[in-house]
Amino acid sequence: MAGPMKMRATLAAGYTDVRVLMTHPMATEQQTKGQPHFIQNLTVKVNGKAVIEGQISQAVSRNPVFSFRLKGGAKGDRIEVSWLDNKGDSNKTETAVA
Amino acid sequence: MRALACAAVLTLVLAPAFAQQKSQFADYQKATAESSPAELFELVGEELWKKRQGPKNASLEQCDLGKGPGVLKGAHAALPRYFKDVERVMDTETRLLHCMMTLQGRSREEALKRPFGNANQPSEMEYLSAYVAGQSRGYKLSPGMTHPREKESYALGKKVFQLRTGLWDFSCISCHGEEGKRIRMSELPVLSDPKAVRPLMATWPAYRVSNATFKTMQWRINNCYRQMRTPEPVFGSEVVNALNMYLTATARGEPYRGPGTKR
Repeated sequence: MAGPMKMRATLAAGYTDVRVLMTHPMATEQQTKGQPHFIQNLTVKVNGKAVIEGQISQAVSRNPVFSFRLKGGAKGDRIEVSWLDNKGDSNKTETAVA
Repeated sequence: MRALACAAVLTLVLAPAFAQQKSQFADYQKATAESSPAELFELVGEELWKKRQGPKNASLEQCDLGKGPGVLKGAHAALPRYFKDVERVMDTETRLLHCMMTLQGRSREEALKRPFGNANQPSEMEYLSAYVAGQSRGYKLSPGMTHPREKESYALGKKVFQLRTGLWDFSCISCHGEEGKRIRMSELPVLSDPKAVRPLMATWPAYRVSNATFKTMQWRINNCYRQMRTPEPVFGSEVVNALNMYLTATARGEPYRGPGTKR
């Protein structure tokens, strides 16, 4: 089962800062002798609409932290961040812009 | 629905950049502190705090960390302190162990099977320590310093800090006694100087970026002794609590802002 995620989204002058923490081993090919386990896809949605579709690799550290700066936004906007890893596990978290 | 044009900047926590100078290393530490996954450990710790387990099938929710059963706010910042029920000084981890044994009915051996975890599997104690410490953010460090046993503990800690021992005849002071020393890129703070100790005690326990693990103060003290080539102290022993008491008392007054992030 995927470990916890935590996200904060705060409104600043003209943009929204999103910071999200996720639990994941992010194990590389070399560390695991051919059984890598890492997040491949990262999706950020604002009010249900995908605004970022990211692809990441084994090069990202364990328990990664991402921050995004989104243009505009308003208090109460729902931000959802989800990930999908190479073994098909996934997790997501949602928060309202504060 | 608002259409958002987005400029996305991905900030990745990557392996440490080579830091050659003090200022660069300080920059790196600042960057890691701002994007620390320590909070994830707090979340798991909260689940473990509320999880019923052990022969008594009980949670730790009634654990008295010095502020009364189940009171977590500010508890970590007020430890170590003297506990009347056990007639000794205890720090956060020692008290957690005590609660596992009394409330949950677990044996000391079982509760301490894995006091220190690794990146793949952090230990229960590390998760709990993160959760409990996180509940003291904003509270000033104020360990017990009035009871005679607390004064004894402080005096013992101060003495042990200076005590040369082991194969290499090292004391804590050998590394932490004068300014400007370091091991590789880790600067060694002068731990008898409140100015140096305050920011440290305000951020332990902490997430260690270089090996993706969460470390407790008990681990820090044990690992120092391991590096000094002495046997590692027993978990929750009087000596460890005394050292923790000495350090926390030296840092008293500093607002707690951990769990922190270390290199």
